[in-house]
Amino acid sequence: MKVTAQDVKYIAQLSRLIVPEADLEKSTEEFNQILNYADILQKIDTTGIEPTPYVLPISNALRKDVAKEGVTHEEALLNAPEVYNDGFKVPRVIE
Amino acid sequence: MTKYITVIGLEVHAELKTKSKAFCSCSTEFGGAPNTHICPVCLGMPGALPVLNEQVVEFAIRAGLALNCDIKYFNKFDRKNYFYPDLSKNYQISQFDKPICLNGYIDVDVDGVEKRIGITRIHMEEDAGKLVHSGGNISTSDFSAVDYNRAGVPLIEIVSEPDMRSAEEARAYLENLKAILEYTDVCDCKMQEGSLRCDANISLMPEGATEFGTRAEVKNLNSFRALVRAIEYEVERQKEILENGGRVIQETRTWDDANGKTLSMRSKEEAHDYRYFSEPDLVPVELDDAWVERIRAELPELPAQRQARLIAELGLPKYDASIIVSNKAMAEYFDEAVKTTKDAKGIANWLLGDVSAYLNNEGITISEFKVAPAHLAELVNLTKEGVLSSKLAKKVFAEMLKGDKSPKILVRELGLEQVSDEGAIMKLVEEILAENPQSVADFKAGKERAIGFLVGQIMKKSKGKANPTMVQAMLKEKMQ
Repeated sequence: MKVTAQDVKYIAQLSRLIVPEADLEKSTEEFNQILNYADILQKIDTTGIEPTPYVLPISNALRKDVAKEGVTHEEALLNAPEVYNDGFKVPRVIE
Repeated sequence: MTKYITVIGLEVHAELKTKSKAFCSCSTEFGGAPNTHICPVCLGMPGALPVLNEQVVEFAIRAGLALNCDIKYFNKFDRKNYFYPDLSKNYQISQFDKPICLNGYIDVDVDGVEKRIGITRIHMEEDAGKLVHSGGNISTSDFSAVDYNRAGVPLIEIVSEPDMRSAEEARAYLENLKAILEYTDVCDCKMQEGSLRCDANISLMPEGATEFGTRAEVKNLNSFRALVRAIEYEVERQKEILENGGRVIQETRTWDDANGKTLSMRSKEEAHDYRYFSEPDLVPVELDDAWVERIRAELPELPAQRQARLIAELGLPKYDASIIVSNKAMAEYFDEAVKTTKDAKGIANWLLGDVSAYLNNEGITISEFKVAPAHLAELVNLTKEGVLSSKLAKKVFAEMLKGDKSPKILVRELGLEQVSDEGAIMKLVEEILAENPQSVADFKAGKERAIGFLVGQIMKKSKGKANPTMVQAMLKEKMQ
């Protein structure tokens, strides 16, 4: 599997990462090294084997439905670069 | 001209009625001041870890069983990745390839035609926060303020098959779905508060075609009326495009209720590249027979069963029964009222007639209706027993709305008892006959209609209290 510089740009954009033009070639190469390893894995015959999203033999870690106090309004907004009407102020969301 | 078939599928998000959020212990209470029901988990702080609320699974199973679904025993959660400020983590915890419920259905009845609408899947996920746009409008605002109180509130998303062919079928499906979610008590279904939300996928295909056309997904449908209007609008919009040789674009549109149209909605998002992957911070949830069967055994009577019972056991017409059961609170009121009267149809008449008119007029629901079910039953009994004429019953009803006095007390206080005493009615009959010799002569000459006039005169003289059946009978007897 090969990705192009264009794919790398797109993936970086999805992850909100900036890849400088100068690094693009190197990043693409590194991407492809990772994918080459995936190619090796993909050659293994996994017919009839269920995917293993979790390796630990644990399930049903559940909590009772009880409401508790979290953090205060003031504490929460300490992390907001800007506050507007008690909310986290964010830039315009529509193009 | 080509005839088009409308194809509709609905995606419904229902907020679950838990006390705490899906993955943290913050309160789910509606209407708190902005950013007051929050903690490191729902604020997406680095290192904070989610723990699943067991009630979310419980409710999802209950809804799935009530909607005739297969319940899947192996469940896991997935991350749906996207950058939008309503999610603090930049991903939503949802279920992607292993939803908890598959292959359900709802039977609807539109104008007497029964139809089964398929449910593709139901999955569990978390709600997002709320964006308040400056200037009040998403398209013109310079910035937005985010309130994370709703972030992490548990939802189930119920996805239908594209089985609906008209706005009325879509409305019937949504009404039935809402009733089932109310009966099972998994969601409070307040569309105006956003606890039940509906998106509609709408497309057109030429009659005879085998493949569906390109669909538009319409969001922001906050009422049944909005759903119907948005579908009707979209059908016209798409028809016009197709008839002019154009192509419908697959896109998300938003319903603008004030202007009655759908608008294209282009966000800064990359188009649907969510890069789902298994949520590594949560372990799987594995169900077993004992868990699922316990919930099945605890399911309450559902709307369809209740409707069948009202028809079979109480003899209600299907129409009356369907309206009463579509509203859980109304159905409970009805059941309470028929405990003290044998006249179920009488109760239905009041509920569908004057009571509904009163509720609509006041803009309230039956949960806020002050008249006790037992009092309405007493009013029905008084009418049935002939103590009150239907006209006077309405007068008593009007008085019942003003306080909590029982109809019997009101009848006495207002002096409204229907006069069924033979002597008293005979006296009235004789008086009226003496006063109206011309009408008597007309009747004897064969003018049947004259008797109506005489009955009217007697009712007037008795201020509506004389028993009209007796008046009629005694008049006839006297004039023979």
